[in-house]
Amino acid sequence: MEHWSLAKKGTLINVLFSLSAVFILIAGAIVGVDLIKFNFLFGVIIPYTAITIFILGIILQVIKWAKSPVPFHIPTVAGQQKSLPWIKSSKLESPSSTLGVIGRMLLEILFFRSLFRNTKSELKNGPRLVYGSNKYLWLGALVFHWSILVIFLRHFRFFMQPIPSFVLALQNLDGFFQIGLPVLYISDVLITLALLYLIFRRVADLKIRYISLASDYFPLFLILSIAVTGILMRYFDRVDIVKVKELAIGIFSFHPTVPDGIGVLFYIHLFLVCTLITYFPFSKLLHMPGIFLTPTRNLANNSRMVRHINPWNRPVRVHTYEEYEDEFRDKMKASGLPVEKE
Amino acid sequence: MYDSGKIIIGLIIFAGIFTSPFWYDLSGGKEALKAPVLVLPTKADQQVCVNTLEYMRADHMVLLNDWRYEVVRLGDRTYQSPDHKEFNMSLTGTCLNCHANSAQFCDQCHSYIGETPYCWECHTEINKPENMQ
Ligand code: HEC
Ligand code: HEC
Ligand code: HEC
Ligand code: HEM
Repeated sequence: MEHWSLAKKGTLINVLFSLSAVFILIAGAIVGVDLIKFNFLFGVIIPYTAITIFILGIILQVIKWAKSPVPFHIPTVAGQQKSLPWIKSSKLESPSSTLGVIGRMLLEILFFRSLFRNTKSELKNGPRLVYGSNKYLWLGALVFHWSILVIFLRHFRFFMQPIPSFVLALQNLDGFFQIGLPVLYISDVLITLALLYLIFRRVADLKIRYISLASDYFPLFLILSIAVTGILMRYFDRVDIVKVKELAIGIFSFHPTVPDGIGVLFYIHLFLVCTLITYFPFSKLLHMPGIFLTPTRNLANNSRMVRHINPWNRPVRVHTYEEYEDEFRDKMKASGLPVEKE
Repeated sequence: MYDSGKIIIGLIIFAGIFTSPFWYDLSGGKEALKAPVLVLPTKADQQVCVNTLEYMRADHMVLLNDWRYEVVRLGDRTYQSPDHKEFNMSLTGTCLNCHANSAQFCDQCHSYIGETPYCWECHTEINKPENMQ
């Protein structure tokens, strides 16, 4: 029992550590912008640095991955392999062609197919171990990822001028219910609920809490704080959006300007976003490019049709029978041994 | 590097997507990137908005929401501005009385930041040229 209570303490420290890291970041932005007035640092220099680290960091990491060989052919599949023509094979769950692999990857990336199979195991009164289906993680993760994608794409109204029409369409769809003014975006509600659930899931269950590290909580708290500052900025303590757009356009057209009179809430939001994308290439968030390079998903299950050669196999020096005979033919003939070639 | 063809194509797509705002804004030319130009009321008796400038810039949609609520739900049609002037709470009748050309005022900001208020599905923009005929 004792190590369970230790585990509780240990994980509490992980939660507190991550939470205080986020608060320190927020305090940093408030001090930097409100007190010291380093607006140019927070509005221009840090964003440029963060974008550079994000893009170069991911490229370098992907190259590093691509340099490591895949010694075995290791797709993990969940369906009948293609074999005899009269046995029905599962084209998506156990693909044998490139098209099938693409379909399987799309299912995985867009709908988290393998997470849908997530199970839970529970100890019920005493030593009875019960397994069951558990779709909540799948649902929470799916809602979260789709919301952040929609929000990110909607933000292109700040980044691009003139605004591409798909951004406007997405925005109208997201504000479909026309609740209040400014119109409530459904994705804002959904991302907050999903993040709260994902945090709750880690904290509530002792087993999951035991295996959760600060690096699991930190991204959740960080993204939640980004969402909350964004929501505050839209619905409660509005900032001057026209000036925000001038700043963003300035960055992207390499004519950086820092208009005055943008509320500090915006700089907090921006600083947290910059932290997120800087942290990205060095953390578990790398699963975004990583999913594309996962050999258990991106290989076709065709190991009976195509030979997979371990790329680090050294060429083995062999001495075939033909070579042997060439070398000793005379001696073999002399001692009356049969030879294949005369 | 293994599969370098696929990796390089993937990385180019990745970098292309995440740097797309740079290409987009750089290709548009400076004219396209200009901040909105507002035509403000010129008449002498229309020189003060219904609330302070900072409030109007960031919060005018909240004000409109309150106006709508008070008129439609509570039946109250008079608004007291902070400097104690009285206004009839009306979108077309009051706002667009001073900001007569909504295309050179409201729409300037809104198209710049991609807002398309749905109000004009019912309320008229009388002062829009196509409505004036
Ligand atoms: C200084 C620029 C500016 C001007 C001028 C302006 N607006 Fe806005 N308006 C905005 C911004 C910015 C938003 C969006 C705020 C946000 O997204 O948080 C907005 C949002 C709105 C919304 C809410 C739309 C929605 O779907 O959420 C309404 C309604 C609105 N404005 C009405 C008007 C009217 C009517 C006028 C003209 C009398 C006007 N505005 C003039 C900048 C402006
Ligand atoms: C009595 C005339 C009058 C009325 C009525 C009026 N405005 Fe204004 N409004 C002005 C003037 C004048 C300014 C410019 C104020 C300044 O620059 O100090 C202004 C400024 C604004 C701005 C800020 C523009 C900027 O420079 O960024 C917005 C937004 C705005 N008005 C929206 C509205 C809305 C919405 C309504 C209706 C609820 C409304 N106004 C009603 C006269 C009026
Ligand atoms: C479905 C049609 C419809 C839409 C869309 C609509 N309104 Fe209205 N609005 C009305 C009606 C009807 C009234 C009542 C008119 C009256 O009693 O004078 C009204 C009244 C108002 C009033 C007070 C009276 C007046 O003359 O303006 C305001 C302010 C107002 N609406 C703001 C808005 C805003 C802001 C939007 C967009 C976000 C909007 N409305 C969208 C139908 C609509
Ligand atoms: C991963 C990146 C980001 C996330 C997850 C995020 C999240 C959010 C959320 C949830 C909102 C609430 C309103 C809405 O959904 O539109 C918001 C608003 C906002 N965000 Fe972001 N944001 C991100 C990046 C940025 C960046 C880079 C900027 C810099 C321009 C920015 C500027 C703003 C502004 C100005 C608002 C207020 C919008 C309004 O009032 O309509 N955000 N953000």
